[in-house]
Amino acid sequence: MKSSLQKNLYGYIICIIVGIFIPLVYPSFVVQFAFAWLFIVMALTWDLQGGQMGYNSFGNIVFFGIGMYTCVVLQIIPFFSLAEWSEGGGEKTFTHTNAQYFRGLLLGILASGFAASLIAAVLGSLILRMRGHYFAICTLALGVAVGEMVSGIEILGGGSGISVPVWPEAAGSIDNRNLLFYYLALGLFALCFLILQLLLRTTFGGTLNAIRDDEDKAEAMGIAVVKYKILGWVISAFFLGFAGAITGNMVGFIDPIDVAFAGATYGVWMILMVIMGGKGTLWGPVIGALIFHVFQELFWTYLLGWQRVALGALIVIIVVFFPKGILGYFQTRSQVKNLSRST
Amino acid sequence: MQDLLIFFSNPPLIVQAILNGLVIGGLFSLVAYGLALVWGVMNIINVAQGEFVILGAYVTFYFAKTGYSPLWSIPLSMAVLYLIGWLVYRTIIFRIIDRDLFTSLLATFGISILLQQLMNLAFGADVQIVDAHLPTLFIMDHAVAIPVIRLISFILAFVIAAVMVLFLKRSRLGQAIRATAQNERAAKILGVNTQRVYASTFAINAAICGGAGALVAMTFSIHPYIGLPYTVRSFMIVIFAGIGNFSGVILSAFALGSLEEIADFVLGAEFRLAFIFSLLVIVLVWRNWRLGKKREYLK
Amino acid sequence: MNPSSTHHQRTSNEVLLNVNQVAKSFGGVIANNNVSLNVKKGEIVGLIGPNGSGKTTLFNSICGSHPIDSGSIVFKDEEIKTFSIAEIARRGLLRTFQHTKIYTGVSVLDNVCISFPRKKIPSYLEMFNRLSKETIAKAEDILKFVGLYEKRFLLAGSLSFGQQKLLEFAMILMSEPELLLLDEPTAGVNPTLINGLIQRLIDINRRYGVTLLVIEHNMRVIMSLAHRIYCLAHGEVIESGLPKQIKNSKKVIDAYLGAK
Repeated sequence: MKSSLQKNLYGYIICIIVGIFIPLVYPSFVVQFAFAWLFIVMALTWDLQGGQMGYNSFGNIVFFGIGMYTCVVLQIIPFFSLAEWSEGGGEKTFTHTNAQYFRGLLLGILASGFAASLIAAVLGSLILRMRGHYFAICTLALGVAVGEMVSGIEILGGGSGISVPVWPEAAGSIDNRNLLFYYLALGLFALCFLILQLLLRTTFGGTLNAIRDDEDKAEAMGIAVVKYKILGWVISAFFLGFAGAITGNMVGFIDPIDVAFAGATYGVWMILMVIMGGKGTLWGPVIGALIFHVFQELFWTYLLGWQRVALGALIVIIVVFFPKGILGYFQTRSQVKNLSRST
Repeated sequence: MQDLLIFFSNPPLIVQAILNGLVIGGLFSLVAYGLALVWGVMNIINVAQGEFVILGAYVTFYFAKTGYSPLWSIPLSMAVLYLIGWLVYRTIIFRIIDRDLFTSLLATFGISILLQQLMNLAFGADVQIVDAHLPTLFIMDHAVAIPVIRLISFILAFVIAAVMVLFLKRSRLGQAIRATAQNERAAKILGVNTQRVYASTFAINAAICGGAGALVAMTFSIHPYIGLPYTVRSFMIVIFAGIGNFSGVILSAFALGSLEEIADFVLGAEFRLAFIFSLLVIVLVWRNWRLGKKREYLK
Repeated sequence: MNPSSTHHQRTSNEVLLNVNQVAKSFGGVIANNNVSLNVKKGEIVGLIGPNGSGKTTLFNSICGSHPIDSGSIVFKDEEIKTFSIAEIARRGLLRTFQHTKIYTGVSVLDNVCISFPRKKIPSYLEMFNRLSKETIAKAEDILKFVGLYEKRFLLAGSLSFGQQKLLEFAMILMSEPELLLLDEPTAGVNPTLINGLIQRLIDINRRYGVTLLVIEHNMRVIMSLAHRIYCLAHGEVIESGLPKQIKNSKKVIDAYLGAK
């Protein structure tokens, strides 16, 4: 199916080109645009796991939060004492020099994905052996547990959180900062989308689908299911870790329960975005994330005070009435993804 | 480690923890019983279980403001939650009852978030307590405190549970519920209105949660976001005991309650939630590992 | 035509599977009691017995679905009783289930392609291999053989029950098993199609050199298919031998009619 491959490639290139130029056209919305790309990445990583592998996790937010904290900690510890930094109370203020800031940022962002992957590998080997309801509830508990544990760690700022290094004055205005993180987010999307699409066209993607459709059968055919599942989770966590690192720097202040390990917001949003767009489809997570982002901005602007209620209602409505998502309705039988025809 | 030593070399602390654990366990077993009921009959795990508890608690909180003893509001909490449960079933749950497991999990998770936010708007985010104006008893040279309300809660939890068990065993509706749980299609063919059975089951579960919530309001503090721990605890109890194992539910609820009290002392209260939630993860991993020896798994 | 006589000479004396004194009970219920049987390379062996006689339990024991209480299961000179399902499958011992199992969410061709032989655990690098041209060509050949080539781009879940059954065979063939355990291959199949199915099983045995161990309730099917037959009752092997002998065995008839 050469033509569909080409169409997807065109779609991807259009996305990137729009992504590169849109902040120049609408400079006042840079932060919103950056969040849009980050949301898409979150949706893509969740879809790899929930849509392609069939493991519906409520706890992927853990990797987002771990990426966030890893990044911030590595931005601080090469230059300052973490304990003094997180003590708070405003007794002591810290400023990074230009060089320190960027070195720390580079180190932090690079490490965040790997830290998240490492944790995913360890957790995955323990909990990816259970299935269905048990896996879902286990991950739900896991998300809250990690958030609560981090809240109890004094050196990371405990429950009141930790501040992210501020943008150095020498690097120009805050607009430069926003633009930098915007392009980092765009780059992350470009990388994540491309790599996931390439991986899904290999036997790895086909095997994940097999596990999703009938894991007992896959096992009886000799597939090392646990190894595939762990690797799937690790890849998902890898990109989510980066997304966390960038988000943390954009938000500017990390709170364990409401930002980093926010199961009731980011954690469930990433699932909702995938369901809205269409689980297990190529563009579903992308479309779902964009539409959700618009909803969310509208709710925050026009339903102030009620925005969280509206989002809760949105979850129920989507799940109950539109479980197949937007692309799920349009997808016909002839559009079945063919691994064997995409080579 | 040191805290653990202090704890175990100090009998009054142990007695206090066990007594508190029994009271909490009584409440937990009630919520877990409701969860198992809905799980067994409808094959739905209700993630909004905890929010039903907290809603029941708020009913009692507002009832207590009228000046009557909050104990009288237990039937009221149950009735209000019965109606809410019925309403939730008729608007949402009946549409997802035949769908896959994940849909029902996500939908009830959505309901849980929705209820949290609505409670936050309606009642405010403050931590509230209900004072039943009852004395506290002291034993072991004043080293162990037993508030009378906790004793009453403990007994009432069992009264509610006993009433529910009797109801399911004896009443016509209870028999229909049990028949549907065993074989939905056969029950339907024999003339059972399964839709009504499901609605009643869900509403009865909500009522049980409401009753537990009323007791929670009088024994502990409440706020809109404290529901999820109750869901997780009840889930943990049910998987530990198995669906339909009533005495197992009570025993594991007591064990969990006491464990929480001990963890509170040893780890510190700020780690209480972390302890509950990671305990669930550990219990699941352990159960799954045990099953793995028989080449089975949790599903 | 009596197929068993036409290709009997192909079976060798090499024992592929040797089940020795296997016992398995669930709680207090004894499902298998000291069951012994063997399957030689190239054979088609039948396993019959009344409902509840422990046939499927024996299959599950052989394939590693659950640990056995005692006895030994040797496949290609290797003790496999402690191995997991996937480990056993990787050694070339595959099974079908009573209920057809396919990957419903992907295309028919992908179902077959992704069932390529998995003889060992892939390295992390090998997990990202692409399907080779040869794999796809082979899958297409197999689909032609089972008669699903025209439907290769359809969603597997949209196939009819009978077609799904054929697809399951195609997937099995793709993964090149040495021994295949079939759990009631004709269950639920339209009687007019059964003869075609029997012929296909014989083809699988002859053309692809797959040894078969078949659970079957339909006596006519198993008599025309199997070279040798074991009969289970109450968890024990009560009779074994050529189809002819089984047909006339008083023990077997009694077991089916419920006499003691």
